[in-house]
Amino acid sequence: MGDRALGGVGLALAAFYIWQATRIQESFISDPVGPKGFPFIIGGLLALASLAVILRPDARPHWPSAGRLLEIAVAVAVMVAYAMLLPDLGFVFATALASAYFSWRLGASALQAALAGIAIALGIYVVFHLLLGLTLAKGFLGI
Amino acid sequence: MDVFSSLGHGFEVALTFQNLGLAFIGCLLGTVIGALPGLGPSNGVAILIPLSFSLGLDATAALILLTSVYYGAMYGGRISSILLNIPGDEPAVMTTLDGYPMARAGKAGEALAISGIASFVGSFIATWGLVFLAPQLVKVALLFGPAEYFALYVLAFATLGGISSANQAKAAFAAALGLGIAMIGVDGQTGVPRFSFGTVHLYDGIDFLVAIVGLFALSEVLIFLEHRGEGEVHGKVAIGRPVASWAVLKHCTPAMLRSTVIGFVAGVLPGAGASLGSFMAYATEKNISNRDKTFGTGDPRGVAAPEAGNNAAAGGALVPMLALGVPGSGTTAVLLAVLLSLNITPGPLLFAQHPDVVWGLIAALFMANVMLIAMNLPLVGIFARVLLIPPRFLMPLVAMISFVGIYGINGSTFDLYEMVVFGMLGWVLRKFDVPLVPVIMGVLLGNQMEANLRRALTISNGDWGALLHSPLAIALWVLAAVGFLLPIVVGKRVKARMARAKGELAEAMDAD
Repeated sequence: MGDRALGGVGLALAAFYIWQATRIQESFISDPVGPKGFPFIIGGLLALASLAVILRPDARPHWPSAGRLLEIAVAVAVMVAYAMLLPDLGFVFATALASAYFSWRLGASALQAALAGIAIALGIYVVFHLLLGLTLAKGFLGI
Repeated sequence: MDVFSSLGHGFEVALTFQNLGLAFIGCLLGTVIGALPGLGPSNGVAILIPLSFSLGLDATAALILLTSVYYGAMYGGRISSILLNIPGDEPAVMTTLDGYPMARAGKAGEALAISGIASFVGSFIATWGLVFLAPQLVKVALLFGPAEYFALYVLAFATLGGISSANQAKAAFAAALGLGIAMIGVDGQTGVPRFSFGTVHLYDGIDFLVAIVGLFALSEVLIFLEHRGEGEVHGKVAIGRPVASWAVLKHCTPAMLRSTVIGFVAGVLPGAGASLGSFMAYATEKNISNRDKTFGTGDPRGVAAPEAGNNAAAGGALVPMLALGVPGSGTTAVLLAVLLSLNITPGPLLFAQHPDVVWGLIAALFMANVMLIAMNLPLVGIFARVLLIPPRFLMPLVAMISFVGIYGINGSTFDLYEMVVFGMLGWVLRKFDVPLVPVIMGVLLGNQMEANLRRALTISNGDWGALLHSPLAIALWVLAAVGFLLPIVVGKRVKARMARAKGELAEAMDAD
């Protein structure tokens, strides 16, 4: 995937954006520009910029290997899972698990990662919740 | 003198026990954030905004904390430049050129002391510049109507990439993305929902804090996962005593003063910012003083110049942000987000309506600067040890603090999903070399920009010619056009010069 693909996606996005803008409901009181005007300008700008990128592409970006791409995909999945499980597991458990995972994937040994996870979760809990009074997600155990 | 009484009032506001404490914490965190490669001023401030917001700090206190971080990061960036030859943040790139050779010659302590003092001189004078220049700019800003404001926003976007911008098409692409995202939600003037696809969550629009933290902080975590194990920092760093002799300091003084002026001007001008400030300061100093060809081999003036330059630029960049509400760099855009999230609109009215906030902030900058120099000379050894925290422990902490901060705003998991999406978007855009700052600026300023456009056209009854009705508006449009097109003409040359400066460093190191 090079810059031409980026420009193509940009063009498609601009078309979709302008199409969605045409579907904005006008209210009966409106100003000369209305709620659609500026979105049309933005869509036009996006289309022009995308065309320029297609016509004069830079060198292809250096994409990581398939393994690393999978790594990033899994990391994103872990982040989503973290957001999803946070209200049930509670802040301390969810955070310990997620940060241990990231620490492990960034090269810590299993034991180091587990300790880092616990330390990060408890550290944030103590500093931000106990000392500073920030509200954190409460799970089934209330922490 | 009017300015001095305002400033005195500012010190009354800022000199409370709580604010001094916040400034101290901010300076400490800022230096660490600036020093750590991978955490720069913009993402460092970004992850702290939601926290200061959810902790319920009032506007002055929150700003004092975050601008102390901002100034602190400008000090911190030099530490890893000098000791490791890895710039801690982008503006500190030029400091590696003479700083690292000095460290290799066993003069790391001296380099750190000189650069610390240069940072102080740059920030101190620039903060005075802010005191005197910002109120002047406010007078000009009062001439601005909606059409002029719209043109000013266009100018800010057009010049954002700076003179060294690699690809203006991508900068425009990024700005359009950001502006497009800002349109999501209920239209402020007519009350109709836009681009919300029937999702109630999107009626309020996208919270710019979510976008900022996702784009800056989470994408950084993904970048580290991608490059796991590459370029890790090993070994011990010998510093020596962080002192510089009077003779050396005197030798460097003209360089510091010249660089401060250059950096400040670069900071005030739209689209320049701290990186360009330090580059121009170094390049100018090299042209003036490099008679013995010592630059690039460990000349102390080559350390003093970029550091005075980037710290002065940091102060200068606050001028347009406070006086006009238009940020000129990534970090000031993030600081603008702080103000907006506290329901304070920067611009000429800020000085009239919230003098406490403005002058308290400026007084806090002076205090922070004194704290920073006091902290940075004796404690530099401790900061240097922080550099050795490996990313495998640091990045999970960054990710989790991002989540905590965003969750703290509304207690909403939907915000967390949004943030992850922005994290992915940030990673993809970085891979394609699309700059992230215009995206942030678009999300931040999109609604204001649209409101000014619509106000201008309501006044003129729909006549688009009204956008060019005054000489001021025409001047702003012309500047915007020049600012956008100039990098296409000369950008390659400036980039090449920056690259050449880097190349000379590599040669000098091979020659060792």
